[in-house]
Amino acid sequence: MLPKFIKLRASFSLLNFNFISNLSPEIEELRSHVTKFAAEEVAPLADKADEEGKFPPHLWRKMGDLGLLGATVDPAYGGSGLSYSAHCMILEEISRASGGIGLSYSAHSALNVAQLQRHGNEAQKKKYLPKLCSGEWVGALAMSEPNAGSDVVSMKTTAKKVGDKYILNGSKMWITNGPVADVIVVYAKTEPEKKQHGITAFIVEAGMKGFSRGKKLDKIGMKSSDTGPIYFDNVEVPAENVLGEVNKGVYVLMSGLDYERLVLAAGPVGLMQAAFDISREYCNTRQQFGKPIGQFQMMQGKLAEMYTTLQASRAMLYSVSRAVDAGNITNTDCAALIYYTSVNATQVGLEAIQCLGGNGYTQEYPVGRIMNDAKLYEIGAGTTEIRKWLIGRQLTQ
Amino acid sequence: MKVLVAVKRVVDSGIKVRVKPDGIDLQGVKMTINPFCEIAVEEAVRLKEKKLIAEIVAVTIGPKQGAESLRHALALGADKAIHVTTEARIDQAVQPLDVANILAKLVERDNYNLVLMGKQSIDDDFNQTGQMLAGLLDWPQATFASNIQITDGIAQVIREIDGGLQTVKFKLPGVITCDLRLNQPRFASVPNIMKAKSKPLETIPLDKLGKLHNSIQITKTEAPAIRKGGAIVENVDVLLQKLRNEAKLF
Repeated sequence: MLPKFIKLRASFSLLNFNFISNLSPEIEELRSHVTKFAAEEVAPLADKADEEGKFPPHLWRKMGDLGLLGATVDPAYGGSGLSYSAHCMILEEISRASGGIGLSYSAHSALNVAQLQRHGNEAQKKKYLPKLCSGEWVGALAMSEPNAGSDVVSMKTTAKKVGDKYILNGSKMWITNGPVADVIVVYAKTEPEKKQHGITAFIVEAGMKGFSRGKKLDKIGMKSSDTGPIYFDNVEVPAENVLGEVNKGVYVLMSGLDYERLVLAAGPVGLMQAAFDISREYCNTRQQFGKPIGQFQMMQGKLAEMYTTLQASRAMLYSVSRAVDAGNITNTDCAALIYYTSVNATQVGLEAIQCLGGNGYTQEYPVGRIMNDAKLYEIGAGTTEIRKWLIGRQLTQ
Repeated sequence: MKVLVAVKRVVDSGIKVRVKPDGIDLQGVKMTINPFCEIAVEEAVRLKEKKLIAEIVAVTIGPKQGAESLRHALALGADKAIHVTTEARIDQAVQPLDVANILAKLVERDNYNLVLMGKQSIDDDFNQTGQMLAGLLDWPQATFASNIQITDGIAQVIREIDGGLQTVKFKLPGVITCDLRLNQPRFASVPNIMKAKSKPLETIPLDKLGKLHNSIQITKTEAPAIRKGGAIVENVDVLLQKLRNEAKLF
């Protein structure tokens, strides 16, 4: 008889993995609260949300009430005024409970909300941040298009200035939270002939006339994160909704990507922790040949490799986050960080499936889901190839 | 009305503890607020939200790290905290009668109308402190509370007892110990966790309030026996034989 899967709650924090993170006692104390929330309110929903292919909508308010959605936002606008390290920690713990829920959380809090905090003017921050921080509104970020993924600056969505408005036409694809978002940061070409120097960032409300959403994507992983296309058919956006400066959107986009990659890099670390915890429990309880399989050297070897990879990823994550909090940010290191943690998470996910053998191959155990979730992080926010290209180019200029 | 809530920092209930000759191995182990103590804090906060009490003071006895549980209580909504400091092992050397005596001193010093605490801590499971405290203060008590109502200085408590539910009523001041089904504690929000840092926290060395007598000696700590699997028997005769010879029932 197959041993029944151990409740995820029990496999949380059996060892103190976070000594290596060297985060402040305040962040570690905050972590204990976030882990509790993730274990009690997110983890129990993970399987079902994945099966239904839907982000549990009540979680937006719940996370808003706890102050998690506006992690790095100024408290004057309803945020929590935390550091990037703290934001990484929050995503790590939510991702550990559910990769998809973590991804949607990150798209809202890092891609949208944090971007508004960084580039919004006073009026924009006052108008949009409070309800985004409370969870009344859901946020998203839209840059990619059906024909502009890695080559994002070749985007075709246009924004034509007419009087005191911009008329947006085009479509965006692969937008996390696209199916449900109320407020979206959208990049469009105000002057297409100027290529990347003709991009402007806008704050678009889903209620604006001409805005519509397409069918949710049927993804192989991150199923509890709603992803889909959005369409602009002569959407009128007031000039006051320009985010940053006109035609200077590429700087908003590129600098945003650095912070985005930093925070998102925590997602794979959470997934690796989950994969590792499950694998270790399984190795200590599953018996074959008269003893727990964790007594066999090959399984110990697997666990050792998973542990080392997890810890190295974690150390890099918080090293970079602490540097960024101190004011040192480089695109090279943010790209290197997410490249590193994401490829590691896929490998650890695969090994977790292998540790669980036949059981790992069924949907009854979450390791398959974890691996499929992890794979996304090698693609979204710049593919592994784009990240390597960025780093390589910096190294050889 | 002022309420004192006693909280204890214990090993997290999700941890698989390791047993050493001198007790549970606490090295590097995750510790949290005792679940029943957390329920007591939550109840105090709810009573304050209903405007039935004006001030909540949380108290803990323990080493420096014990302040974590106090900050947790402050983050949930307590107004002030008292940290009675000691380096003694709180899961062994800090025992119910000594705790009750210390709490009694604080009650006399600060004039509380109500003391709330968890029914027991999950490390030693004594389930004695609340009862002893009431005895020392000569106050009424209601233990294993699953419901608390306070009206005009009268507490009405539903207790979960072996036979079912018992309702008791008494005039405050009194001691109430809290059971699992009393409430579901809220999650502390980030703003409240930050605010907790600036709430008043008074530190008092234990010897200013009492003494640890170690009147209970722990002679042995061992892990529970590993459960052996059951067996399917062919017929009643084999069952009777096993009950006599193996289980030694008769």
